[in-house]
Amino acid sequence: MSDTPTPRALGVETIGMTKRFGAFAALEDVSMKIEAGGFHALLGENGAGKSTFVKCVMGFYAPTAGSVLVDGREVEITNPKGAQGRGLGMVYQHFTLVPSLTGAENLVISRADAPAILDWKAERAALAAFMEGMPFRLNLDRPVAELAAGEKQKLEIVKQLYLKARFLILDEPTSVLTPDEAEEVLGLLRAMADRGDLTVLMISHKFREVETFARTLSVLRRGRLVGGGAVGALSRADMAAMMIGERVVRPIAARVGEPDPAREILRVVDLDATDASGLRRIAIPDLRVRAREIVGIAGVSGNGQKELADVLGGRIRAAGGRVVVADEPYTGTRAQSRARRVRFIPEEPLREACAPRMSVAENLAFRAFDRRGDDPSGPPTFWLDRRAMTRRAKDLIERFKVKTASSEAPIATLSGGNVQRAVLARELTDPVDLLIVVNPCFGLDFAAVAEIRTRIVTARNEGAAVLLISEDLDEILELSDRIVVMSEGRLVYETAAASAEAGTIGRHMAGHH
Amino acid sequence: MVADAAPSKLAADRPRALTSLPLRAWLARRLEALAIPVGAALVGFLLFGLFLIALGKSPLQLIDIVWRGGFGSPFALGNSLQRAAPLLFAALCVALPARLGLVVIGGEGAIVLGGLAAAAIAPPLAGWPAPLAIPLMAGAAALAGAVWIGAVGWLQAYRNVNATIASLLMSSIAIALANHLIEGALRDPASLNKPSTLPVGDAFMLGPMPVIGVHWGLGCGVLACVIAYLLMDRTTLGFAARIAGGNVKAAQIQGLPVGRLIVGFTALGGAFAALAGYFEVAAVQGNANGTLAAGYGYTGILVAFLARQNPLAIMPVAFLLGGIEASSGLIQRRMQLPDATVLVLEGLLFLVVLLSETLYGRFKPFNPHLWTEKREAAAAGGAA
Repeated sequence: MSDTPTPRALGVETIGMTKRFGAFAALEDVSMKIEAGGFHALLGENGAGKSTFVKCVMGFYAPTAGSVLVDGREVEITNPKGAQGRGLGMVYQHFTLVPSLTGAENLVISRADAPAILDWKAERAALAAFMEGMPFRLNLDRPVAELAAGEKQKLEIVKQLYLKARFLILDEPTSVLTPDEAEEVLGLLRAMADRGDLTVLMISHKFREVETFARTLSVLRRGRLVGGGAVGALSRADMAAMMIGERVVRPIAARVGEPDPAREILRVVDLDATDASGLRRIAIPDLRVRAREIVGIAGVSGNGQKELADVLGGRIRAAGGRVVVADEPYTGTRAQSRARRVRFIPEEPLREACAPRMSVAENLAFRAFDRRGDDPSGPPTFWLDRRAMTRRAKDLIERFKVKTASSEAPIATLSGGNVQRAVLARELTDPVDLLIVVNPCFGLDFAAVAEIRTRIVTARNEGAAVLLISEDLDEILELSDRIVVMSEGRLVYETAAASAEAGTIGRHMAGHH
Repeated sequence: MVADAAPSKLAADRPRALTSLPLRAWLARRLEALAIPVGAALVGFLLFGLFLIALGKSPLQLIDIVWRGGFGSPFALGNSLQRAAPLLFAALCVALPARLGLVVIGGEGAIVLGGLAAAAIAPPLAGWPAPLAIPLMAGAAALAGAVWIGAVGWLQAYRNVNATIASLLMSSIAIALANHLIEGALRDPASLNKPSTLPVGDAFMLGPMPVIGVHWGLGCGVLACVIAYLLMDRTTLGFAARIAGGNVKAAQIQGLPVGRLIVGFTALGGAFAALAGYFEVAAVQGNANGTLAAGYGYTGILVAFLARQNPLAIMPVAFLLGGIEASSGLIQRRMQLPDATVLVLEGLLFLVVLLSETLYGRFKPFNPHLWTEKREAAAAGGAA
């Protein structure tokens, strides 16, 4: 492998790349040119279309329209294997190595032309020669499971180079790395690009990284290419403005009344928790939500919002600290949530809040099926009242305009917006003191979004304390009384919504405090 | 969103359709739950027929023999019902955890332990009044089964150990443990060729039920099925269990005690299976011996799946399979087929029933939401 001539970097260009899912345009007419030997950064908020764009280039998605040019020639890439054959490679946010195999085994089996019977002696010699030319030193004889995250990431990159990728796409490559590791990996890749061996396209949220390593950049917003250029020519404020858009915080007519300073409904004190894998840790010294107040938690996906929601929803137990609701400790049991009128609406309602194969009526009954009449404090009933269940379901379907064939249809047969309507109908019919919602409008169409946001604001106006955890900054800006930014498991910035500035929030989301 | 595109059309469609739709929809869903398992069973029998033809035997002769051996005479019926009794209990040990999304296949072990517990507690109770001793024996059996299968639930709920594997292994341990005790500490010195425990004694034996003439295990099994049905479909506990089975995350968010539900329902299933062992000892065998592990626990799995984990449907299915098993001796003798033949039939049925699980929701006549989807699409198309 070392005696073949050094492969040259590939230039890639897209023309009018468009991808629609039904009526929703995830990507609209994106034309982008990445020079051979370039190091190009792709910036944008969640849902801006970055992943869709690279998936179209790699052949995961068939674009609705548009074409890809590799080294100036139009090519048809219909699947990732085809992309690999043309020298395009991608390193994902999540690891794709087989943990029980060694690095060497992972490399060899990833090869499309790996023979059925392997001559390990020859393979090892070839790998040793190959590694000579690599920027990273890696021990290929250890099982991947024993490698640290940084080494795995390097191995993922080495794997792409081994597969002869000369155009490498990195999807938020440093999210799993320590700052030092990130520095090392990106620095070496930049050096390869500068030598003309490789072209890099990197998806990133982190301005510092982009400024240090990328040469050029493009910004996507809501599926459209909104700007770009040479890295030095753009300031951070420029980049943030492009990502966030020329947004003014809209005055929200629907919000009525001021937060009640005397009634603190939710108080999180010195909370310390880790997710099931033990990798993500959150530490929140102090978070308060008052009655008639919406506190929006903004942040880039994977910065601890999910863990915070899981603690509040009673799904993971805090290692330290307290969650206090209405002046008493709260762990999310049914009795507690009922007595203190806490409602939790998780993200992806069909997957997290519903039993897909049970009927709409049954799903609508999850909260109240064991309740004695309207009295929330009594002990749960023993017998199930199916008639009351159907009656309540029909009433809720009517009031919340849930579109379903019948109350007996499985809830999985409903559209996303209607599932969310059903969940809101279930959770928001009775008086609510504390409402915790996570990405309530993710993946919904505009009509459903407006309606669902109105419901949340209405709950607030009626006196509920609302904790809104959302990756959609627009949503946070539109609904919140107060905005808190979460980054790497911590609350790093807080501002009143009235004085909120999207650019500042965006910078804090990107990790600059 | 297609559905959102044309609300007015849809609304205009509603009043006309509403008059007959709910009833038709209700019927359609019930029919699906009946037609698919019955259809699957028929396919299974058909495949078995081909198997017989391949062996040069007549499927028609088999039907005749099964009819005579299992259902055709009062004696055959009694025999079938006697075999159906433990199947009822064993199937519940599968059906109850199934509502929580667990596949528990270790009923055989609970049956054996239940029988053993009942037989072990009987000698010390000798001389006690039967109305006191009989419930104690049954209680000891139920407790043993509840602890055994409840432990499987506990492992799943709190240690994330797969319940299917755990129950299978626990079952093997139970059978080995029972054999060890029957051939060792609990062995009746008088049982020479066939190691057994001491007899429970005539005073504690259960007689036949009036009219039917089959032992009380059948009546209790039917009662257990009805109780399980009421628990599952008519109580809030059963509903909570179904939520947890439908989506654990959703159940956790509702604050439901998922772990306790899992332990409770697996323990109840184990208690039921153990009662099958109790009745085998107290109504059939008179002591605990190796024949307790006669395979009822495994056939019970098939019964539960054929019945789609519905406790009421378990009753007819257990009767059918009890009949087939009752005729197995006759099949061997008359058709010169090995005794594993019935196992082949059961295996084929199981396979086809498992495959049929993928068919639910696919047939338009059975699925009302598919009817309206077409209407909505048509309405949306009209609007566009």
